[in-house]
Amino acid sequence: MSRYDEMFARLRTRGDGAFGGFLMLGDPDLETSLGLLDALVAGGADMIEVGIPFSDPIADGPVIQAAAVRALEAGVTPADCFELLAAFRARHPRIPVGLLTYANLVLARGREAFYRRCASAGIDSVLVADVPAAEAEPFAGAARDHGIAPVLIAAANTPDAVLERIASLCEGYVYCVSRAGVTGADRAMDSGHERLFQALAAAGAPPPVLGFGISRPEHVRTALDSGAAGVISGSAIVRLVEQAGDKAAAVRAFVAGLKAATAQKEVAREAARG
Amino acid sequence: MLMSGRFGAFGGTYVPEILMPALTELEAAFVEAQQDETFRTELDDLLAKYAGRPTPLTRCRNLGSDRARLYLKREDLLHGGAHKTNQVLAQALLAKRMGKTRLIAETGAGQHGVATALAGALFGLETRIYMGAVDVERQKLNVFRMRLMGAEVVPVESGSRTLKDAVNEALRDWTASFADTHYLLGTVAGPHPFPLMVREFQRVIGKEARAQILEEEGRLPDAVIACVGGGSNAMGAFADFIADESVRLIGVEPAGKGLDGREHGATLLRGRPGILHGAETYVLQDEDGQISESWSVSAGLDYPAVGPEHAYLKDSGRAEYLGVTDREALDAFALLARSEGIVCAFESAHALAHALKMIEAAHEETVLIVNLSGRGDKDMEQAQRLLGSLE
Repeated sequence: MSRYDEMFARLRTRGDGAFGGFLMLGDPDLETSLGLLDALVAGGADMIEVGIPFSDPIADGPVIQAAAVRALEAGVTPADCFELLAAFRARHPRIPVGLLTYANLVLARGREAFYRRCASAGIDSVLVADVPAAEAEPFAGAARDHGIAPVLIAAANTPDAVLERIASLCEGYVYCVSRAGVTGADRAMDSGHERLFQALAAAGAPPPVLGFGISRPEHVRTALDSGAAGVISGSAIVRLVEQAGDKAAAVRAFVAGLKAATAQKEVAREAARG
Repeated sequence: MLMSGRFGAFGGTYVPEILMPALTELEAAFVEAQQDETFRTELDDLLAKYAGRPTPLTRCRNLGSDRARLYLKREDLLHGGAHKTNQVLAQALLAKRMGKTRLIAETGAGQHGVATALAGALFGLETRIYMGAVDVERQKLNVFRMRLMGAEVVPVESGSRTLKDAVNEALRDWTASFADTHYLLGTVAGPHPFPLMVREFQRVIGKEARAQILEEEGRLPDAVIACVGGGSNAMGAFADFIADESVRLIGVEPAGKGLDGREHGATLLRGRPGILHGAETYVLQDEDGQISESWSVSAGLDYPAVGPEHAYLKDSGRAEYLGVTDREALDAFALLARSEGIVCAFESAHALAHALKMIEAAHEETVLIVNLSGRGDKDMEQAQRLLGSLE
């Protein structure tokens, strides 16, 4: 059973949704970054999403772009990122870790070598932001060969035929984007994703997790109420890394706040306990 | 998608999933328009009566010799000042057909921005141009021209603050705005269908030049020479000659301050295959895959990727690619002005510089066509600084 399957099964028995926290690796430097990954776990994140800094991140808004710039200016390389994740994995054997990256970083190392290194660093899934379903087969194939779950993106405007292709290629979870545009907390999520989640379920896709524009507990509740199995918050966390004094404490507290909103049946359980 | 969008191993549609429906819509509109007589008629009419096609093929009187004859395809005389207008008018018509109300575009030298701005004005479309902050500074006149025609110019402060970053910003805009906005991409790069569509809309350059040289010389040229940044003027010039195996197709990349250093934009000569801005193609990058900052004296060639069809033409051997330095281009620019009374764009001067080398080396009869892709007005300030007062 994969770490994602274990996580979703465990959460399902409690009636909870999954909370995924995103960080840019090496932002603002490698040592701080490792502490921030621990802070995500301490705050209660169920799954960890990380980016490798890339020079030209076309799917990212200003906050995550700036994080990549900070990491690149600190001299952080993909090799450093893999070492960082291996160190994190040694401390946290069960939590699923997903990599969000861009195609050129995969090709530069070579697809096979890239996914092999992901596996040896203890990474569970890889999402390549600029590889849509139509181009995904060679990436997904190389991922599967190394026991890595290929994660694909689905959106409200994705046609049903493409959703079926996503369902057949995607493992772990489906990254559903909550609105058009790039990453960022400035524009909140759209609601009304029931149709997307239902279509994915009908096609036999792995659980849908909603991301983009999720920065408040009510966003989390709206997402879970509409049928998402979890949520991912990125820019809101990365902005804390940029601005907070005690970065780890700020990240931990923020994650705890959103994680609390994933406990859908908390009230009911408390009532039952009397 | 109706087509594969591949040129051999290159090309493709490497964009976030959310943009795929926009590309699918565009491809369908393009295919439909190409088959629609009314679209072709309207476009041809605009190209003739608004933009000034056909452009002349000028034989140089003083450069070259009776033996080695140099012809210039005069895209510098096109309305807007460069070949960019050809495909911008076509894409703007397409945008209208798709019911879009807004245009966005990236620009390097500003020529594509100017062309997009004029189309926006002509068709009543709201227009926003993304331009690297460095380029805004070195192409001030074009920035003013764009604003004069009602376009909003947004300086891009991220990354290297040049063309590649302007493309990034335009793509980011489009992922949020595709419902009412057409991304009027300016070259044969980017995701399918742009490389194919822009080539088809620029094909008119080579088509005219081929007929004109047959008329003038009674034979095909020995070589067609064009500068390559993203590569649209070169693809437009090459396309109708690809089947003519006797015609050498020569793309000239900006060697900047020299190919041995890092300050150049010679993607095909010094890059390696990767994925940038939606296509698999040659890319200037470090060993990790981070995109390198390119350099060229000409902002229009200052781009670390290249159209995927050029990557294919290089690997298949059908076209040759080589470099011309900033210095060589400036010398050619000045020589053309003095010898022929033509002030061309720095970009086009790269192609000219190589043609001049070929003429010098020619021992037998040689007929060359240089695509003079644009005029040099935009480069006057910089030329003055680089060449001195000339007194």
